[in-house]
Amino acid sequence: MTPRIAYGAFSYDLAHLLGAAVLVLSFALLYQRRITSIIGFYAVQSVLLAVAAAWQGWVQDSTHLYITALIAFAAKGVAIPVALRNIVFRLRIERSVDAALGVFPTMALGVGLATLSILVVLPTTVESQTLTREDLALALSVVMLGLLSMITRRSAITQVIGFMSMENGLILAAVGLPGMPLVVELSVAVLVMVAFVVFGVFFFRIRDQFDSLDVSHLDRVGGTHR
Amino acid sequence: MIAELFTLPGFVALAPLLTAVLVAFVADAALAAWLVIGGATAAFALACALPWQQGAGQLLLVDPLSAHMALLTSFVGMTTSWFSRGYIAVEQQAGRLDGPRLRQYHALFLAFLGFMLLSLLANNLGVTWVAIEAATLAAVIVVGLPRTAEAVEASWKFFILCGVGIALALFGVFVLYLAALPVLGPGLPAMTWSGLAQAAPQARGTLLNLAFVFLLLGYGTKAGLAPLHTWMPDAHAEGPTPVSAVLAGSILNVALVAILRTRSLLAANAEAIPPGPPLMALGLLSLVLAALSLWRRRDVKRFFAFSTVEQSGIAAFAFGLGGPPAVFAGVLHMTAHTLIKSAIFQCVGRAAQLKGGQNFADIAGLVVSHRALGLTLAAAIAAIAGLPPFGLFTSEFLIVMETARRQPILSVVLGFGLVVSTWALATRLIDLCTGTPTPDRGPAPGRLALVPAWLHLAVTLLLGLLMPATVVAWLSGIAVSVR
Repeated sequence: MTPRIAYGAFSYDLAHLLGAAVLVLSFALLYQRRITSIIGFYAVQSVLLAVAAAWQGWVQDSTHLYITALIAFAAKGVAIPVALRNIVFRLRIERSVDAALGVFPTMALGVGLATLSILVVLPTTVESQTLTREDLALALSVVMLGLLSMITRRSAITQVIGFMSMENGLILAAVGLPGMPLVVELSVAVLVMVAFVVFGVFFFRIRDQFDSLDVSHLDRVGGTHR
Repeated sequence: MIAELFTLPGFVALAPLLTAVLVAFVADAALAAWLVIGGATAAFALACALPWQQGAGQLLLVDPLSAHMALLTSFVGMTTSWFSRGYIAVEQQAGRLDGPRLRQYHALFLAFLGFMLLSLLANNLGVTWVAIEAATLAAVIVVGLPRTAEAVEASWKFFILCGVGIALALFGVFVLYLAALPVLGPGLPAMTWSGLAQAAPQARGTLLNLAFVFLLLGYGTKAGLAPLHTWMPDAHAEGPTPVSAVLAGSILNVALVAILRTRSLLAANAEAIPPGPPLMALGLLSLVLAALSLWRRRDVKRFFAFSTVEQSGIAAFAFGLGGPPAVFAGVLHMTAHTLIKSAIFQCVGRAAQLKGGQNFADIAGLVVSHRALGLTLAAAIAAIAGLPPFGLFTSEFLIVMETARRQPILSVVLGFGLVVSTWALATRLIDLCTGTPTPDRGPAPGRLALVPAWLHLAVTLLLGLLMPATVVAWLSGIAVSVR
C-alpha cells in the first residue's frame, strides 16, 4: 500500500501537530487543581481529537472518520462537559481537588511515561507508515497520562475525567490506523456514552452514601481484608 | 456482517439479549423470573447445536473452543436462572430488593449472559471487546443494586479497575490490527481471530509482542489474575448471589479464552517472544497469592472469590505451559471450575439467607441442621479443593504431571500453592459444615433449590470418574485447534 501521507507534506505536519496537541492537553489535565478547569481542558482535548479525526478522514479519504469526529465533538467536546459542569455545580464541589502527588513529581512521571511510550512504540513499528507510528506513540502517551491522572487524583469526578481522556487516546490510536473498520470507533463512542450513564448513576449514589465525592471515604468500609 | 447475527450461533447470544429487552418492560416480578428462565434455557438449547455449526464468518466464529465455552456458559446461565427464581423471591420477601430494582436485576442478568456469549462467539476482535465491555457494565450495575455502602464500593472498584483494564485491551486490539495490516490489507479480515491466525506467522513479531502485553494486562484484569484481581473479591461478595455464581465461573473464562487465542498468535510467530513465561508467571503469582489470602478471609463469599483467583491462575499457568496436553488440562480445568464454583455460590447464597449473614462466624454446623444443603456444600468444597473423584482432580493432576515433566522446578511452586489452598478449603469446610449449628434467621431452602448444584456436581463427577471417550476426543480437538 502506498503511503498517502508522506513525511514532510503539509497533511503530515498538520496530522502530527493535532496529535501532539492532544498529548499536550493531557499534560495540562495532569496539573490542574480546580474541577471546573479540568472539565474545560477535557472538553478542549476532545474537540482537538475531533479535528484530528476529521483531518485523518480528509487525508485518508474515508468518510466514516467524519462520523467519529462528529461523535467526539458533540458527545465528548460538548455534551459530557456540560453535564459534568451541571453535576459539579449542583453538588457544589467546584472547589479544588486533593491530589496524591505534587505538580512536579506528577509532571516528571508524565514526561517519563510519554518517553517510555515513544521508546516502546517507535522501534516496534519500523515497517509501518511514519505517521501511523508516531500517531500510535502519541496515542499511547495519552492513554498512559490518563492512567496517571486517575492514580494521582482522589476525587471520583476527576478519576472519571482521567478515564475519559484515556479513551480519547484510544480514539486517537484508532483514527491513525489506515482503513480501521468503522465498527470499533462507533462502538467505542457509544460505550463512552453508556459508561458515562453508569458514572452518573454512581455520582448520585456515592453522594447519597457519603455526602462527598472523595473516593477515599469508600476505603472506610474496608478493603480486601475481610 | 449483521446478517450473521440471525444464524443459529447468532441466536445463542441474541436469545438472552432480546429476552432482556422484553424483561425490562415487564412489571410483574414472577413473570419476569419465568422469562429469564426461558431466555437462558433457550440459549442453552441453541448452544447444544453449536458443535455441528462450525465455521468462521466476519462476525461470528464457531470453532471447538468457542463452541465449548459457549455451551458451558449457557449451561451455567440456565441452571443459575433456575436457582435465581427461588433465591430472589427470598430476597424480595426480606425487602432487600424491590420493584424497579428487581426488574433491573432480571434484565441485567440476561444482558450479562447474552454479552458473554456474544464475546465468546465473536470472530471480530472489536465485537469481542465491545461484548466484554457491555457484559462488564451490566455486571457493575447488578453488583451495585443492593445499594449498601459496601455494594457501592464494590461496584465502583469493579468498574474502575475493569474499565482501565478493558481500555488497555482495546489498545492491544489496535496493535494486533496493525500487525495484520501488511499481510491482510486494510478492512475487516485483519480484525478477525480467524484472519489473524493465518496472518500471525508473517506478521511482525515485535508488534505482536506489544499487543500481547496490552491484551494480557487488559483481559488479565477481567480474568482476576494477580496483581489485577482486587476487584474480584468485592464484586463477588457484595453482588446478588446468582450473579456471583455466573460471574465467578464465566467472566474469567471469557477473558482467558481471549488470552489463550492471543497466546496462539504469538506461538505461531517465530520472531515474537514466547508467550508462555509471562502467562506462567502471572498464573503462579495468582495461585500463591490467593492460596495465602484464603487463610485470612472472614467473609464466605470473599473466601470463594479468592479461590476463583487461584483457579484462574492455575488455568493461566496451564495455557502458559502450552502444548496440547497442557491446553487440554487447562480447558478441562476451566470447565470443572466453572461448574463447581457456581454450585458453591448457589449453596453459599442459600446458607447466607438461612443464617442471616455471610461471615464464617454466622454459618456453622450445616450438615447437622440442614442435611441436604450441608452435604451439597461439603461435596462442592471438596470438589473445588481438587479432591477426587471430581473433575478438578483430573485436571490438576494432569497439569501437575505435565509441569513435572517439562518444568520440574515450577512444579514445586505449583504444588505449594495447591497444598496451601486445599488445606485452607478443608479447614473452612469443617467450619461451615460441622460443629454446633448456628441459629437460623431466614427461610430454609427446599430440595428443589439444590437441584442446579446437584446437576453441576453430577457433571463434574462424570468428568472425574468416567471421562467418556467422546469428551476426551472433544477436548483433544480443542487443544489441537488452539495449538
